[in-house]
Amino acid sequence: MASHYEAPIRKPLVLGDKSYHDVTVDIAAPVEGRANKHWWIVFTIALVAFLWGVGCIIYTISTGIGTWGLNKTVNWAWDITNFVWWVGIGHAGTLISAVLLLFRQKWRMAINRSAEAMTIFSVIQAALFPVIHMGRPWLAYWVVPIPNQFGSLWVNFNSPLLWDVFAISTYLSVSMVFWWTGLLPDFAMIRDRAVLPFQKKIYSLLSFGWTGRAKDWQRFEEVSLVLAGLATPLVLSVHTIVSMDFATSVIPGWHTTIFPPYFVAGAVFSGFAMVNTLLIIMRKVCHLEAYITVQHIELMNIVIMITGTIVGCAYITELFMAWYSGVEYEQYAFLNRATGPYWWAYWAMMSCNVFSPQFMWFKKLRTSIMFSFFISIIVNIGMWFERFVIIVTSLHRDYLPSSWSMFSPTFVDIGIFIGTIGFFFVLFLLYARTFPVIAQAEVKTILKSSGEKYKKLREAGKPLYQINGGTVVKENVETAAKTKSDEKDVASLLDSIGTFDSSKDTADDLKKVKGIGPQMEKTLNQIGIFTFAQMSRMTEKEYNLLDSITESFPGRAQRDDWAGQAKKLNNK
Amino acid sequence: MASKVIHAYYNDDDVLMHAVKKVKDAKHHIEEVYCPFPVHGLDKALGLAPTRIAITSFIYGCIGLVISIVMMDYIMIQDWPMDIGGKPSFSYLENMPAFVPIMFELTVFFAAHLMVITFYLRSRLWPFKEAENPDVRTTDDHFVMELAIHDNEKELKNLLIDTGAVEINVSEK
Repeated sequence: MASHYEAPIRKPLVLGDKSYHDVTVDIAAPVEGRANKHWWIVFTIALVAFLWGVGCIIYTISTGIGTWGLNKTVNWAWDITNFVWWVGIGHAGTLISAVLLLFRQKWRMAINRSAEAMTIFSVIQAALFPVIHMGRPWLAYWVVPIPNQFGSLWVNFNSPLLWDVFAISTYLSVSMVFWWTGLLPDFAMIRDRAVLPFQKKIYSLLSFGWTGRAKDWQRFEEVSLVLAGLATPLVLSVHTIVSMDFATSVIPGWHTTIFPPYFVAGAVFSGFAMVNTLLIIMRKVCHLEAYITVQHIELMNIVIMITGTIVGCAYITELFMAWYSGVEYEQYAFLNRATGPYWWAYWAMMSCNVFSPQFMWFKKLRTSIMFSFFISIIVNIGMWFERFVIIVTSLHRDYLPSSWSMFSPTFVDIGIFIGTIGFFFVLFLLYARTFPVIAQAEVKTILKSSGEKYKKLREAGKPLYQINGGTVVKENVETAAKTKSDEKDVASLLDSIGTFDSSKDTADDLKKVKGIGPQMEKTLNQIGIFTFAQMSRMTEKEYNLLDSITESFPGRAQRDDWAGQAKKLNNK
Repeated sequence: MASKVIHAYYNDDDVLMHAVKKVKDAKHHIEEVYCPFPVHGLDKALGLAPTRIAITSFIYGCIGLVISIVMMDYIMIQDWPMDIGGKPSFSYLENMPAFVPIMFELTVFFAAHLMVITFYLRSRLWPFKEAENPDVRTTDDHFVMELAIHDNEKELKNLLIDTGAVEINVSEK
């Protein structure tokens, strides 16, 4: 088939001699197998970190935000830093699944499922910070515009913080349904392979009874495309709005028009780094090297390099604009960032985010798995420092030198941050054991164009498929015997009203008869009744025969006088 | 109604496509095709009407946009106009730039969620729904074509064997 053609110069995206069935087996294997010792060790560590975070959150809420290291000058620090960091990481998933879908990039199919999972889990971590920062999280619903008992006290729709509420909740929920819709056929695959009744039950619940009819697939593809089209501007809007939390204020170093594109590039940058971190480990642990290939890692490294360079450009533009604006507050803010007491944070950011991705210009380095993993960690650290630099260094030098201060986190600040990392890995590790981590249905669609097996066949000039004989014919004997009496009834019915000959007669639209719907029409067609002429010859005897064959709506045909109606319709 | 159906199994999407065309050429009605993954061009070969789900999404998006405008006009302009930073909110149009983010978000929210709900309902997908695929292999690597038998079992069987089916199964529906 011509649609399977792909230029021979493109490297295979699925390595090895994989057939459709092999894809199924490989992707179901981590779910069907048992967790090994390493999984349990990492899971335990993550769980302990998570529980520590829960303890710190309980302490914060029961005692107050005073348990954090915030002070009068630096009144926003780790909480918002962590929030922006996690939201930023969340951007890669949608970028991979939506933007790369619109650009028809086939390599996305091996990584989009896990990248989307990462998105959802990291946005959950991000959402935690504003909620606990409220102090009384049980009143979090006050951010929703609902009529209330305080007179006309509404939320302020001019505030970027409220825009954030809408942006993040829309983003999280849309990402979730995008992810779940894609998961349905894959859950169905695991459901149909499940041996134990409990697993079968769980996965049939999760798969929503996915059946895979041709029409379902047609809708599925359209829904995916439209969701990608909607998610693309959505993902760009989320970090744009996050950046407006800062950019619409009047703090030097914050009110910059470059913030929206700069934040979005930074988000993609950190998100791809996190995808690399997770997938380099996962492909090894789950034995998915044939699907998440070195080429995938290389392509992600190229995205990291490009977005890292954009971020670097933005840093330099900020410095230039501070100088060029002639505003001394701005100039001081940036001078202070680079040479003030937080110089180490600034240069950590610069070296991690601008300098380190430049190594990816070298093919040898960007195809090295160890090096890619190392850089991905460096970028994660650098992007955390970027947010810290923007937030804390802009605040800690107030307009009044008498209120200048420094920020030092308490164990609660650190504990909550570590806790979110733990929570994130708890979710991701559970996901890796129970979900199909690769969109197997999608991978199967590209197997013939991008699979190594088929590429080799094409190169050798061999056909990709053969129509061969050897058909196994099975017949359900019991049902055949049972239908025999029906067949006799049908024969006698058709004898009296006349048979339909497709070469001479044309079928009528039987639905025109009152009382016949599409379902009944189908049934009648199955019996062999296609025309009004046939129907008009029906009498009481034929009606009864029809009822005994169809076994539905007894007496209906008589009541609605199908024969009379058909006679009229036939004469028209 | 007890009717007999014939299930033809294929293990390759290209073979399936050929088979669909051949069965269509022989003027037989294909009741259904079950696939483990989307086969491009299958809907056209089967003569399925194009899906209108994208149109519903557009309509839902428009509804979301209107709801966001009405909501913010009522809350910010009609019910309790505030003077924020010397910029009083007495006119929706003049204050509109600040409302653009929410207008956008709610448009996307409605368009995405209601479209997905429509898809789930139309394709009959929801928790506790029983799957209706005739064979567990149809989510793995087998494609099943379902045809109804009207006293032409032999003819259909021979036709389907010709198309390269790996298995043919006659059963009662």
